[in-house]
Amino acid sequence: MKLHSAALALGLLVSLSAGAAEYSQLLADKSALGFTYKQMNVPVEGSFKRFKAQLAFDPAQPAKASAAFDIEVASIDVGSAEGNGEVGGKLWFNTAAFPTARFVSSAVKPLGNSRFEVAGKLSIKGRTQDVVAPVSFKQDGANGVFEGVLPIKRADFGIGEGMWADFGTVANEVQIRFRLVAAAKK
Amino acid sequence: MTSSPKTYNRTAISLHWLVALGIAGTLSLGFYMSDLPFSPAKLQYYSWHKWAGVTIFALALFRLLWRAIHGAPAAPAGMPAWQHAAAEWTHRLLYVLMLAIPLSGWLMSSAKGFQTVYFGVLPIPDLIGKDPELGHSLTELHELLNFGMLGLVLMHAGAAFKHHLIDRDDVLARMLPFLKKS
Repeated sequence: MKLHSAALALGLLVSLSAGAAEYSQLLADKSALGFTYKQMNVPVEGSFKRFKAQLAFDPAQPAKASAAFDIEVASIDVGSAEGNGEVGGKLWFNTAAFPTARFVSSAVKPLGNSRFEVAGKLSIKGRTQDVVAPVSFKQDGANGVFEGVLPIKRADFGIGEGMWADFGTVANEVQIRFRLVAAAKK
Repeated sequence: MTSSPKTYNRTAISLHWLVALGIAGTLSLGFYMSDLPFSPAKLQYYSWHKWAGVTIFALALFRLLWRAIHGAPAAPAGMPAWQHAAAEWTHRLLYVLMLAIPLSGWLMSSAKGFQTVYFGVLPIPDLIGKDPELGHSLTELHELLNFGMLGLVLMHAGAAFKHHLIDRDDVLARMLPFLKKS
């Protein structure tokens, strides 16, 4: 019992101190950046293995939060070895010319209940679009966890040109799913 | 099984040729598409191939049911015992493969991370999760079973022609009524 209440007190202390902190250090091995798309109406999962982020999120001042991501496009996994062999090419991501995709936030709007709307600019393959992503925040021990889904249209970024431009086989809609775990700056 | 009828009924004959056509088309498409370069057409062919496989699986199940209810005609009188046994086992294995090949294809597709969605509308649940190594093994199994199917079909058709041309009995005509001499 004593141990239990001590642990509780410690937990409270940790969450209190964490609440005051600013989450800024992305824990890459705990974070995931994936996406879902449809190929012949079959949902397929993919992911980006390598990305960096500059985060600043203080739960007490969410409107001041900011985020910037650099995604190494060549680290993409589209769900099959054959697809991975193709997707770096000119018709898809043209990773030789555009190795990095980038998201930079411009505004964070609190929606209440630890939910936020993050607006920003997403640049892929040299094309930039304004996007808005709903993001949820929760604390997990000393870390902050941000989760959300950002729907985009691949054609807006010229992903899949030429024979792939038709949406009959690979759908235009792509759901980017992210789960970002960040540690608080001490 | 009921007592053997004199001939196959119209449903059994239609199902036989429908499945034969389906297997010929699906198997050919399978060999053709696997060596194609990556393209939208290739993705389409893979989907069509899977839809065809699911259809053949369902038709094969229906044929087994139909056969269980209506029976199949007996072999011609005086056929040697080894031919009886060969015919019996060829048919059994053909049915096994008609079911096992689509099943292996479905599992292989799941293991490669692609769910089968029948006609792009009806999702067929994945029995196994994504596992590239297992996917590779299942691909080899799928291919091997298809070579088995090819061999069995050749035996099956060869035997039918032998009955028609050499033995001059009604075995082939039972499945191709327009060949009947009457």
